[in-house]
Amino acid sequence: MAAARLSGTENRLVSLPLSRIRVIMKSSPEVSSINQDALFLTAKATELFVQYLATYSYKHGRGKEKNALTYTDLSHTAEECETFQFLADILPKKILASKYLKMLEKEKRDGEVREDNDEGEEEEDEDKAVGDSVGS
Amino acid sequence: MAERPEDLNLPNAVITRIIKEALPDGVNISKEARSAISRAASVFVLYATSCANNFAMKGKRKTLNAGDVLSAMEEMEFQRFVAPLKESLEVYRREQKGKKEARKDKDKKADSEEQDKSREEDNDDDDERMEEEEQNDEEEVDN
Repeated sequence: MAAARLSGTENRLVSLPLSRIRVIMKSSPEVSSINQDALFLTAKATELFVQYLATYSYKHGRGKEKNALTYTDLSHTAEECETFQFLADILPKKILASKYLKMLEKEKRDGEVREDNDEGEEEEDEDKAVGDSVGS
Repeated sequence: MAERPEDLNLPNAVITRIIKEALPDGVNISKEARSAISRAASVFVLYATSCANNFAMKGKRKTLNAGDVLSAMEEMEFQRFVAPLKESLEVYRREQKGKKEARKDKDKKADSEEQDKSREEDNDDDDERMEEEEQNDEEEVDN
């Protein structure tokens, strides 16, 4: 069947599944419809983005010495490079739980105005990477 | 459409392949780095969609088109993507055109057969992909 053969060549043009890209795009409530060209371009752009993020982080990261791409390289990119700043929330810098506890203590000492009740919740995430509360 | 949170993830195998092809041979990509890039890619899609949608709204259009996505890239400071994207789009359009003509020929042969029926036949080979095109055939017109 001709259509089937052609969709094979389309596969080489873009490797991410268009159906999935469409689902992600449509999950944004304000979007009503997307034409096929826009869908294709977004998929292709996402591929370029993945390549760029990977190569940029590898080139500028410390993993290069060990011939590896690590999470730290990526979070470093999100923090340092303006273009990738929009990723800072989902690629937070990792810190040790012990370090985080010290920061909490310091914060407590610095600002006594803080509300008391929100601490219990925060401590639960301490061994994971913590995004927001670290920044300040 | 996105019923489960996993629906917003991109397939890991494909993401991994793209990363591997971009980096020099033999570079080890940690599992954490892979899933981080995958998440970043989903966020990129949402960010691009929202930017593109702003351009569509400015133009008082309801349907996102190629120009909106390209403008979004510039606004997001991914100008470097614009030229390669335009190139791929041209190839893609040519392919789609070829496909449409192939389908038209088939429809002629099928004579007065209802469109829905011939669509069903197409679906045999590549369900998802064909479904996509059907939804978009109408939208493509305003380009």
